[in-house]
Amino acid sequence: MSCIERKLAELQKRGEAALIPFVTAGDPNLPTTLKILRALEKGGADCIELGIPFSDPTADGPTIQRSSERALKNGLSLPRIFQLVRQFRRTSEVPIVLFGYFNPIFHYGLENFCRAAARAGADGILCVDLPPEESAELKRWTDAEGLDLIFLLSPTSGPDRVQLVAGKGRGFIYYVSVTGVTGARQALDVQLRSQVARVRRATSLPVGVGFGISTPKQAAWIAGFADAAVVGSALVERIEKAKGGAEKARCAGAFVSELKRAMKQVAKKS
Amino acid sequence: MLPKVPDRRGHFGPYGGRYVAETLMPALTELERAYAQARRDPSFRKEFQHSLHQYAGRATPLYFAERLTEKLRGAKIYLKREDLCHTGAHKINNTLGQILLARRMGKERIIAETGAGQHGVATATVAARFGLECEIFMGKEDVARQSLNVFRMKLLGAKVRVVEGGSQTLKDAMNEALRDWVTHVRHTYYLIGSVAGPHPYPMMVRDFQSVIGKEARRQFLKAEGRLPDYLVACVGGGSNSMGLFYPFVRDPKVRMLGVEAAGRGLRTGKHAASILGGEVGVLHGSKSYVLQDERGQIRETHSIAAGLDYPGVGPELSYLRDRDRVQFVSATDSEAIEAIKFLAEVEGIIPALESAHAVAAVMRLAPRLAKHRTVIINLSGRGDKDMTTVGDYLGVRL
Repeated sequence: MSCIERKLAELQKRGEAALIPFVTAGDPNLPTTLKILRALEKGGADCIELGIPFSDPTADGPTIQRSSERALKNGLSLPRIFQLVRQFRRTSEVPIVLFGYFNPIFHYGLENFCRAAARAGADGILCVDLPPEESAELKRWTDAEGLDLIFLLSPTSGPDRVQLVAGKGRGFIYYVSVTGVTGARQALDVQLRSQVARVRRATSLPVGVGFGISTPKQAAWIAGFADAAVVGSALVERIEKAKGGAEKARCAGAFVSELKRAMKQVAKKS
Repeated sequence: MLPKVPDRRGHFGPYGGRYVAETLMPALTELERAYAQARRDPSFRKEFQHSLHQYAGRATPLYFAERLTEKLRGAKIYLKREDLCHTGAHKINNTLGQILLARRMGKERIIAETGAGQHGVATATVAARFGLECEIFMGKEDVARQSLNVFRMKLLGAKVRVVEGGSQTLKDAMNEALRDWVTHVRHTYYLIGSVAGPHPYPMMVRDFQSVIGKEARRQFLKAEGRLPDYLVACVGGGSNSMGLFYPFVRDPKVRMLGVEAAGRGLRTGKHAASILGGEVGVLHGSKSYVLQDERGQIRETHSIAAGLDYPGVGPELSYLRDRDRVQFVSATDSEAIEAIKFLAEVEGIIPALESAHAVAAVMRLAPRLAKHRTVIINLSGRGDKDMTTVGDYLGVRL
């Protein structure tokens, strides 16, 4: 069992769902991201998705597009992200998933990337534009380095794709809550509960839900039927608005603890 | 002999494939199935042929450019006159094919990306013809330099969505179209205009465009009683070049030349030559040569021809280049402008800035060839849309 799976199983035993915040590495700079990561942990993050910025993020809405642009403008590169993970690992055991697009990883070299990511202390890789069909080579190296290669499912995925991802996925299955790009949303699909149930029947892996979750209330609702809730754009927006590194970290931490508190209350009720 | 590509999963050797978000995977499978059925269906083929003939105005002439040949004092030059197609470029061949498919699939809304605006106009045209809702994504910079085409699209009833992200050109228009598609995938058909994107697009667009090469082959055999020595076409994403080349790929004696946009010069970094200046990568759903920096971030490109201003290239062209089946050269902005002037003066034909890159390459090539050698240039579009750009370049206010 991997670090991520262990963490989620632990929470499951307590009847709790995991909170997985997403932040873009290097937005607006690496020292700030390190402060933010520490604040997220303190606020109650159970696992963290660290975004690798890409120039052409076709699965992302405006918030994460802007955040990637800021990070890239400051010259962010993969070696510097590995350095960030290494620094964070010195004081923290919170599992980290590197979340990004395939080209920067491919360009770095799949073997080199996986080795460097594992050595730095990352636990999982999620490539939003790499479906299982194209993943054989990357998976060879994530397996070799003991990293979880996490796949996504969406409301358009039929039973055949649920089977495919259930068979190849590690860590958890990332269920995309909406047909669309990332971004905070007013309302989530009421059918989400039954859609997640459909995926859970097909796999023993934990199922996390992401895309569009933006309030404590929504996170709490997700916690009622999924193993994890991923919150990205809503958090990145708060970081964007806050001025200065310390304030950004404080806002991020406060928001995450608010989310976590709401999710825990659901656990107590059920 | 080259094997038949792509394979079942859309791979052209190491290139191609399907690198997209999970949400789009079922839509691509659905599209692949619908296309496989349609291409076997005689009634679909008949409807497509009929539309090409009656609506697009095919067959286009293979025109012997007598004065151009005389002036260049070398090989005999023919022009495949795609500029005479309805809407003024080869793009209509593909949009007709895909709109017929979209209709079969019961899709209600059509979206497309566009650079020069030619694919946008061709899409808006067929959407109007079949009464479907249509939205075109176009980078802000392209909207500015191709205002005539923007107006044409609006006149044709399409909504033009101005894309302000990134470099505000074709690549960003495609990003935004993909974002729209992932959001409205159930009832929207994404009509990609080049031999790029995830499988089955590179194969399907090639098939629809290969009418260019099939006609040219037949016409050339009739005119000359043999096959041509050279085929020359400009390459942005690659749809007009694949359209001309594909029916000749298995004729080893026919040499093929792809002409990329060197912009201000390959050494300046301000160009759009993905194959000559790029490395293998993944962009917009497929693996191919991509212009990128040392971090694997996509580079901004430059070409005076909006339709070539793209950091990627169709996977099949990467495959054919690696196998030495297609050679690649480039032409700069200023060479393209010179080619427009030259062709206008000696033949009375004003080519599009994109196609002018192919003409420029032939202006270098033809004088070096013996008089019995023959060349076909794919004159993929007409230059009316570019008059403001050309005027600006030459310092003439229109």
